[in-house]
Amino acid sequence: MTFLIRRIALKANGEEIVRDNRVEGEAITIGRDSGCDIHLPDLAVDPDHARVTASGRDELMITSIGDQPFGINGRSATRGAIDPDRGAELTFGGHRITVSRDAETGDAIFSIRRVEAISDAVEEKDVSSVFTLKGLLPGKRLGAWTFAILILVACLAWPVYSWATFNGVEERPAGFHGDELWMSGQLSEAHANLEDDCQACHVEAFVAVRDEACMDCHQDDAHAHITGLAANDERGRLVAARGEPTGFAAFQRAVAEKFNRPAGRCVECHIEHTGAGDMPDTPQKFCTDCHDGMSARLTDTKLPDASDFGTGHPAFRPALLATTGDQPRFRRTTLDGDARENNGLKFTHAQHMSKTNGIAQMVRRRGNEYDGRDGLDCNDCHTLDSSGTRYAPVVMEQSCQTCHSLGLELVDGTTRTLRHGEPEQVAADLRAYFRSGRPPAPSNLSTLSRRQPGDANRAATARDYARAVNFRGGGETRAVNAVFSRGGACYDCHVITRDGPRVTNGFSVADVAWNPRYLRKGWFTHDAHTKYQCVDCHVDALVSNDATEVLVPGLDGDGGCRDCHVGGTGDTLNPVNHPIESDCAMCHDYHAGEGAPSSTLRRETIARDDAPTRVSLRR
Amino acid sequence: MASIPGVEPAETAASAEATTSTTEPRPNRRKVRRRKVTAHDSFLTYAGGRWWKIALLVSVLSLAAYIYFPLSRDHFGGTWLGYALGTLGALLIVWLTMLGMRKRAITPGTWSLKAWTSAHVYLGLSLIAVGTLHSGFHFGLNVHTLAWALMMVVILSGLFGVVVYVALPRALSENRYDEGGAVTETQMIEQLRSLDRQIHDAAQPLTPEDAATVEKSLEQDPFAGNAINRLTGRYPNCATREAAARLREARAYRPRIADDPMDKVDALLARKESVLARMRRHLKLKSILQSWLYLHVPMTFALLAALSAHIVSVFFYW
Repeated sequence: MTFLIRRIALKANGEEIVRDNRVEGEAITIGRDSGCDIHLPDLAVDPDHARVTASGRDELMITSIGDQPFGINGRSATRGAIDPDRGAELTFGGHRITVSRDAETGDAIFSIRRVEAISDAVEEKDVSSVFTLKGLLPGKRLGAWTFAILILVACLAWPVYSWATFNGVEERPAGFHGDELWMSGQLSEAHANLEDDCQACHVEAFVAVRDEACMDCHQDDAHAHITGLAANDERGRLVAARGEPTGFAAFQRAVAEKFNRPAGRCVECHIEHTGAGDMPDTPQKFCTDCHDGMSARLTDTKLPDASDFGTGHPAFRPALLATTGDQPRFRRTTLDGDARENNGLKFTHAQHMSKTNGIAQMVRRRGNEYDGRDGLDCNDCHTLDSSGTRYAPVVMEQSCQTCHSLGLELVDGTTRTLRHGEPEQVAADLRAYFRSGRPPAPSNLSTLSRRQPGDANRAATARDYARAVNFRGGGETRAVNAVFSRGGACYDCHVITRDGPRVTNGFSVADVAWNPRYLRKGWFTHDAHTKYQCVDCHVDALVSNDATEVLVPGLDGDGGCRDCHVGGTGDTLNPVNHPIESDCAMCHDYHAGEGAPSSTLRRETIARDDAPTRVSLRR
Repeated sequence: MASIPGVEPAETAASAEATTSTTEPRPNRRKVRRRKVTAHDSFLTYAGGRWWKIALLVSVLSLAAYIYFPLSRDHFGGTWLGYALGTLGALLIVWLTMLGMRKRAITPGTWSLKAWTSAHVYLGLSLIAVGTLHSGFHFGLNVHTLAWALMMVVILSGLFGVVVYVALPRALSENRYDEGGAVTETQMIEQLRSLDRQIHDAAQPLTPEDAATVEKSLEQDPFAGNAINRLTGRYPNCATREAAARLREARAYRPRIADDPMDKVDALLARKESVLARMRRHLKLKSILQSWLYLHVPMTFALLAALSAHIVSVFFYW
């Protein structure tokens, strides 16, 4: 039998080179070994891979010599029969053998082609891309589009959708909404409940937050810095007080207005989204923007200009008593040497504070009551109220009476006392004292006395006694007069008037009033100054013997606030030993109530590091 | 590219006396300032460091404004300084992005690509100061911080790119030299092909088992491996190394004979290993040089999207 072995190789230009070789025999071998009839130089082929034998008339049987399989018509097998007439395809490694029959000679033809390159490297490589990361990482373009679209959907489309969904809705349901992705910072604690409801304030798109949004909730508690004006007028006046901006500020204002951000809105000061917590303290600049040189801008203002506590603060104008009585009236008066306040009392501070006079001697004599001190202390009469901020009214019975006794007589060891505060009762008590019983009778008028010569003497005694009894009524009038007159118990301390009733012989005691708070526009607390002596600040208490003198310390001079408190900028007019930087907010609150300014409440200490001790204001 | 010792420098576009542009200059175009480069001048030191000086000035001015200009409140994007820095930052970002367009436009225009690249690098770095000061250091889980974070990713990946562009070309160049001189990428493949053919021929007498081992080396794509293999230069599944090792192991217990075909295969596999090693070093260096762009470019577009959302959101909820 003849086998025709046909090798087909390809030239570089694609042309085929065909070499035929005839082999005679009953069988041929296929393998890598060069001795094989069909020699396949292919490492995937065994040296002796398969044998082809004739079986039957037309069929050929192919059998694997080892166990290595081969491909026959696309299937892997170790043996198989093929019919060259019908044709077949064998695969060994990277070689393909097409089996057919020569129509003329009838020989079986084995056409051999190498179909796979001998190695991967030998195959075609695109040099421009194989050395790059192309195909190994997701494409740059793909990533760019993917990320850009994802972000635009999540951070732009979703929030706008949230806004559109709830536009015009009174209150949004709780839970996360897309536009919260836009929240630049936490809301302050007071507004924490609005966290999910952006549209509570940001009502209209592309319109800066307006006051109307604030007033939705704050119509009742919104404060007025300038009282007595309608909201619109107040805002107008505030803007006017700031004056027309110049230079860079004018440019800022112009830009802001171009971008539809009018001046004077609530949110200019009440900045939100700066983090959870309290509202921040008011910086001094917020005050001085208006109040520094304001009189030039608001010509009708009654307020003096203020720029800094240390260098530009008007003199204090404490509220002084204008009238006394149950409902006293007050008038703010500039604190200078002439300031006077009549509270209806006479009192000599200097005399009482002396260490050398009779009062001091009295104190020394009563060492068990006054702890062996050599004079009176402020605290002997003045006591702090429960808040520690101010002083409670002086009560006569507790503070004065220990010396200024109103005792009338000793009744079996008990002192009978005149009633303080009730002049009519005092007069009535005095009158009753003088009316009760007769004067003690002379002994020689006794009914038990022996009759003796000289009745005329007795008659004379009886006449004298009868006159004494008769004149006792005049004694009560004199006593009442005396108590209300110079040297009398009332007169010493009180202003006596002549508009009283008959029982006091027309005398009366003028109304007395207590001034609970002198500096009503600012905040002062004694509690923060406990490490100082009273007279460190109230220096006039040691020299003043006139109760109408106002002993409230001023800004400057001995005991003035500026002895320690310098301005918010640290500037001061005088040299200061232990400066305490004091900005406006230490004493003033933009929206002041009765209590301490919010910034002072929050302040841990008011002293600087170099001060001898820190003074806590936090209670 | 670093100059190569012993190689005569050829004239290149960078060292040509006259412009190498083939486009006729348009007559009415303004006279260009582009310098006719005399020697290699890195984009990092372009024009005597003009752009790093400008960028440093921008950063210092931003910082000084942040520290010294009095603001009525804390620093944040909503103060006048915040808006100013934000506007500057946004314009910078858009302009920096346009490098992608500029580098595709081959122009003989006023601004050379080198000048543009130099400005891109340094102004991009100054954006760290501008963008961060714009934020006033207020960060949170929101679109604003997202934009800032993406900006930082873009800038830092760019910085990485600059560093490797400075550090790696010399290594890349040195790696391509062997005793025969410089090897191009095409030549690397040709070397492998030649070795494969020789190995294929030399391995013909081997036993089926040994031949199968060698065949694996031939069949493996020398460019196989994922991005991590490329970037680290580690290929634990290298069939060539495995084949060499196996053959050596097998030979160790066989009697030594003259003209052992295994000797030849072994020598060839060793050579292939060294050729592969050089090519893989080459691939590693090239991959590092390219890799940062796979972060830089997509993140730039993510940044543009986040920046748009940031700006729209600020004015939307104004």
